[in-house]
Amino acid sequence: MCLAIPGKVIEINEEQSIKMGKIDYAGTIKEACLAYVPEVEIGQYVIVHAGFALNVIDEEEAKKTFELWDEMTAKAAEEGLDIFGMPLKKENKG
Amino acid sequence: MKYLDEFRNPEIAKKIVDEIHTATTKDWVIMEVCGGQTHSIMKHGIDQLIPKSIELVHGPGCPVCVTPLEKIDKALAIAARDNVIFTSFGDMLRVPGSKKDLFMIKSEGGDVRIVYSPLDALKIAKDNPDKKVVFFAVGFETTAPLTAMAAWQANEQKINNFSLLVSHVLVPPAIIALQSSPQNRVNGYLAAGHVCTIMGLEEYYPLTEKYKLPIVATGFEPVDILEGILMVVKQLEEGRYEVENQYSRVVKREGNIPAMEVINKVFQISDQKWRGIGVIPHSGITLRDEMASYDAEKVFNINDISVDEPKECISGTILQGIKKPHECPAFGKKCTPKNPLGATMVSSEGACAAYYAYHRQENL
Ligand code: SF4
Repeated sequence: MCLAIPGKVIEINEEQSIKMGKIDYAGTIKEACLAYVPEVEIGQYVIVHAGFALNVIDEEEAKKTFELWDEMTAKAAEEGLDIFGMPLKKENKG
Repeated sequence: MKYLDEFRNPEIAKKIVDEIHTATTKDWVIMEVCGGQTHSIMKHGIDQLIPKSIELVHGPGCPVCVTPLEKIDKALAIAARDNVIFTSFGDMLRVPGSKKDLFMIKSEGGDVRIVYSPLDALKIAKDNPDKKVVFFAVGFETTAPLTAMAAWQANEQKINNFSLLVSHVLVPPAIIALQSSPQNRVNGYLAAGHVCTIMGLEEYYPLTEKYKLPIVATGFEPVDILEGILMVVKQLEEGRYEVENQYSRVVKREGNIPAMEVINKVFQISDQKWRGIGVIPHSGITLRDEMASYDAEKVFNINDISVDEPKECISGTILQGIKKPHECPAFGKKCTPKNPLGATMVSSEGACAAYYAYHRQENL
């Protein structure tokens, strides 16, 4: 439930006056809310939980965690979910 | 040490395991609060790598597991209504209420949707102005700022067909409750890293003093957990009781201040019932009075539902670290992940499910 995964901020924009952005998670790109990391800049890494960046982390750390990707994916799959907590059916990925 | 070579970093893991063995001279009971850590401990056999004199007990840190049965029943009642789109994180759908779960409501025609983020639920509300859209806001401090933002944005953007069914719980009051119980055996805690990412460490300082208790904020990787255990053991052996931060690469002492500001705008502290444990004072958050129009319990006028837990389920004592899953007579027999009697068997972060998945009943 508290799973948080690292990703790289590749785009920053504003939606209804909240800071949002696109995050690259080892190749998968998804939107996230950046309101809680107001200082973040493009190219930095963040820890993301359910669509919200919770903290900026350094690149080294993020890269280390990418190695854990398979393990985290497997753990989520045990619950029938993908790493983002969505059901393991491609068409439902949102 | 048959599992060590499965570690991503076996040399570092071995070094820490050796250090734990050297440091340990007495019997200690250490609780990992977080269900994600419980899962990692079982998966990597950390409980079998450390000295026998250290007992790891598993805490109440699985939000899915501690959401009260009556809250699940309320979710089911709301989700079954016409004109409602009920949204939730995926892991809540199989949690048994007293008769059904959300999956059954969905298969009976209820509009139940899994979302990735609470903001997705808000988007569904915007796109479906003729429906009432509810988000099941379950989780610890880590998740609270997310649901807070959804409610805040609903308020800012005047989205009036959106509401939250809130069941948020807080970790430090749970530690106080465990420590105050006469059955408590815990000597030190691994505090959950991502909870501390939001709340910071401040709240733990008075607890270390009051209960003479080492508390170490710890990450989720197996090596993090080993290091957290080592830090707790060293404190215990040296007679220290301090707040330490194993997960300093992510956790700052002050936490995430913008996140806490939004939480405080939307939520207030309240007493909260934990499934299997009972009411713990000040251990939850509910919507502030001025946000009451986003409270699904008020919107749908759902009266308090009172229900009893299945009698044979001892998950309450398991969540408090008093008993272990394999001591439950139903474990692996009447109660399995396919057919769970209690919530600790549903979520893979629940202690019963973790024991079942990694066959911990056999070699104990
Ligand atoms: S094994 Fe099942 S019945 Fe027993 S405590 Fe765990 S969840 Fe409850």
